Amino acid sequence: MPETTITPPEIVKRNKALAVSPLKASSTLGATLAFLGMDRCLPMLHGSQGCTAFGKIFFIQHFREPMPMQTTALDQVSTIMGSDDAVVEGLATIAAKHAPALIGLPTTGLTETQGADIERAVAMFRAKHPEYDQIAVVPVNTPDYAGSLESGFNAALKAMIERLVPKASAAGTKPGRRRRQVNVLAGAHLTVGDIEHIKDLLERFRLRALVLPDISDSLDGHLTDADFSAVTIGGTRLDELAHAGDSVATLVIGSSLAGAADALAARTGVPDYRFAHLMGLEAMDAFITALAEISAEPVPERITRSRSQLQDAMLDAHFALGQARFAVAADGDLLVALTQLLAGMGAETVAAVAPSNSPALQQVAARSVKIGDLEDLEQAARASGAEVLITNSHGVHTAERLGIPLLRAGFPQFDLLGGYQRQWVGYTGTRATLFELANIVLGLHKGEIHAYRSSLKQWPEAEQDAAAA
Amino acid sequence: MKQKDIAALLDEPACEHNKKAKSGCAKPKPGATAGGCAFDGAQIALLPIVDVAHIVHGSIACAGSAWDNRGTRSTGPTLFKLGMTTDLTEQDVIMGRGEKRLFHGIKQAVETYHPAAVFVYNTCVPALVGDDIEAVCKAAAERWGTPVIPVDAAGFYGTKNLGNRIAGETMVKRVCGTREPDPVPAGIERDGFKVHDITLIGEYNIAGELWHVLPVLDELGLRVLCTLSGDARFREVQTMHRSKANMMVCSKAMINVARKLKDAYGTPWFEGSFYGVADMSQALRDFARLIDDADLTRRTEALIAREEARMDQALAPWRERLAGKRALLYTGGVKSWSVISALQDLGMTVVATGTRKSTEEDKARIRELMGDDAPMLEDGNPRALLDQYRRFDADIMIAGGRNMYTALKARIPFLDINQEREFGYAGYDGMLELARQLCVTLESPIWAAVRSAPPWATRTKADVVGAPSPARSAEQTIAAPEVATHA
Repeated sequence: MPETTITPPEIVKRNKALAVSPLKASSTLGATLAFLGMDRCLPMLHGSQGCTAFGKIFFIQHFREPMPMQTTALDQVSTIMGSDDAVVEGLATIAAKHAPALIGLPTTGLTETQGADIERAVAMFRAKHPEYDQIAVVPVNTPDYAGSLESGFNAALKAMIERLVPKASAAGTKPGRRRRQVNVLAGAHLTVGDIEHIKDLLERFRLRALVLPDISDSLDGHLTDADFSAVTIGGTRLDELAHAGDSVATLVIGSSLAGAADALAARTGVPDYRFAHLMGLEAMDAFITALAEISAEPVPERITRSRSQLQDAMLDAHFALGQARFAVAADGDLLVALTQLLAGMGAETVAAVAPSNSPALQQVAARSVKIGDLEDLEQAARASGAEVLITNSHGVHTAERLGIPLLRAGFPQFDLLGGYQRQWVGYTGTRATLFELANIVLGLHKGEIHAYRSSLKQWPEAEQDAAAA
Repeated sequence: MKQKDIAALLDEPACEHNKKAKSGCAKPKPGATAGGCAFDGAQIALLPIVDVAHIVHGSIACAGSAWDNRGTRSTGPTLFKLGMTTDLTEQDVIMGRGEKRLFHGIKQAVETYHPAAVFVYNTCVPALVGDDIEAVCKAAAERWGTPVIPVDAAGFYGTKNLGNRIAGETMVKRVCGTREPDPVPAGIERDGFKVHDITLIGEYNIAGELWHVLPVLDELGLRVLCTLSGDARFREVQTMHRSKANMMVCSKAMINVARKLKDAYGTPWFEGSFYGVADMSQALRDFARLIDDADLTRRTEALIAREEARMDQALAPWRERLAGKRALLYTGGVKSWSVISALQDLGMTVVATGTRKSTEEDKARIRELMGDDAPMLEDGNPRALLDQYRRFDADIMIAGGRNMYTALKARIPFLDINQEREFGYAGYDGMLELARQLCVTLESPIWAAVRSAPPWATRTKADVVGAPSPARSAEQTIAAPEVATHA
């Protein structure tokens, strides 16, 4: 809430050799996810084929979609002797076979350690295969030993902006030329349902969202006429991206996107509005105010109504959520969103864990944030008496051992249908989240007084054994 | 039920309400009445007897919307949680088949669930068409070999309060005295430690709060022969007549039970409460006083000294957080004076209290606690409560669940004090839960957010909703005469 300026949490760095029950998903996967939000794209991970195979399973289980992903499939020879040829060959093969609009090329731990110069490899491909010049290729350095899903996502987004959004000076784009077009940089913490809702909100202000990247158009689980596609169907189109510089404004959702947002602003001069997240009344008020300002339209009655419905839900939920104790493990932006939402309801995040450090963690509403894994979360949750756990599907066993309920959030959610499309953001999404959280807490029967069996009571015969026990 | 029986129940000599023409069990006023009917009252009073099959004889509205919605809890059987009703159809009513259906309904309940007893609650429709439930119950009891008790409290007989009394009366007349108590379990009594039998009338074990009280009573050797009716067994109700001292715990609802047990068996009784440290201690002292066993008195005082010292320490941090907070109290069944004392104990100020169900004696106790000019609210309608809340600049409204959404819609902190609540506040340890729940709502960070107008609202609309404003104070001064100040 506005007055409760958050005291930055203490960031407790990793202090053990072994990661147990890791929370982290690699930056390579983050970059891949960003590419998967682009239309007719095929990401090719530069590494051994396992890098892709594991990542593919990770996303297939979460989205329950076939995932277009390829690999440069390094072997012993290309690992030792140099992998540039593998990149060139891989790009040429994909270009010939699938004719995508875009090939994303994230590197992996293997190729970064090897010292691969991905830019040079792409230059070699361009020199050798001018016939594929119309196919965009975006390389990005995302070794899995640095950062996490969130930072890899930002890196890929930034790389795409730098490659695919022309500088205003060169292309002659002009901020505001397309008066109803708004760029939306959508962070990795946003689900398909979140992005759909954001687009819908913009529409109500007669604004057209140019979402970058738009997984709500590519990974939303829709059926198409074609029975198979080796590239993404839907997502942000490159020809639209070329006109991002004509947009009237840019909305940046997620602190982790600062690098990408800076790049876009520098290239296009489009003014941006930045939001750490869109959960909770305060965050949404700022967002809607921005939309009203950008569009010069009045706020639709429907939105005002949703806002007041959220206020009512806050009242209804505050009894259950007040003083409730949560343990939350998630990537930075999601962690900030969830902990701030909880704090605003009077609940306490007694254990907070993030997979890697980032500036956004300063905004987490908790006394400290541990950079670590689900084992750290489990220990902290146990020590601090957490009552509810919020993390990804790997938290199931943690929650079982702690004997507390789990709300699934973040990546991956492999044991749940529809986790990818759940809407968390907006007045409506927040309201649904509050109800769910409050119901989970009610299910704990807190404050329940345990049955006391008096030795003096005149127990019926049938109950006497139980009384003696 | 005959009119003269109802009149006799309404004319309760032990009830303070009887001594004043104005108040008491007044007739409900069409168009301006809140609260339940006699059936509701009877059912509430007896439903917590856990091993009984409670059959509602009537059409669906009576049981259909009233079963399994209370927070009363059991150490064992959950039979009372099952809603059972004859669910009369139009054909039953027209063709007079209600009695037959009831008879078979009792059979079904007995055969399926083997209850310790069956209670049959009469309702308006069968009462009106003239079903003879008394005869049906008698026949069924003989036929199925299980006690079947008719509780004749159809809704139109009167208010919820009357229903409470009918229920109590039924227990005294038909159940109490039909069995002698079990012997005290071996190995408990010893030299200087004698077990005394007591009964708690009007204690419903809401949210299990009785379990905060029982360990203390056990420690003192006070055997609760029966609670009427929280976590009670039918066989316990049968032995109520052997109690040595009775406590009337909640409101005046079953005052007739206490009086009739005194008239019939000479059992002394007192009116007390388990809410708040002071009242809890007082209740223990009153038992010791009535039982008059020097050893018990000594042990009681020792226990009180120990528990009060413990609570002083445990409550200290809560008192710090709650000090100076202002509460507007509007209780239903729970005694106002008891809650006032508990809140004051936490360092809070009670700015005004509801007295619609209070007797003159209750009011005297309230004045003792709050001073002679204690503002007392007779009118509990939502508008009046909110006006008083603002007039007295209160921080929290404490009332029954019925008023919860009145408070929340007005965006003010609220604590539920009545039957539907999920938390137990009785006993020494209950005070900690009370303090915790008060803090949950008072200290919630949501208040500024839920009172905020949308940033895009026009300036005139942007007034913060719910916060007191000078303009509002002026209105309130005009509204002031609504409050009856009892000096």
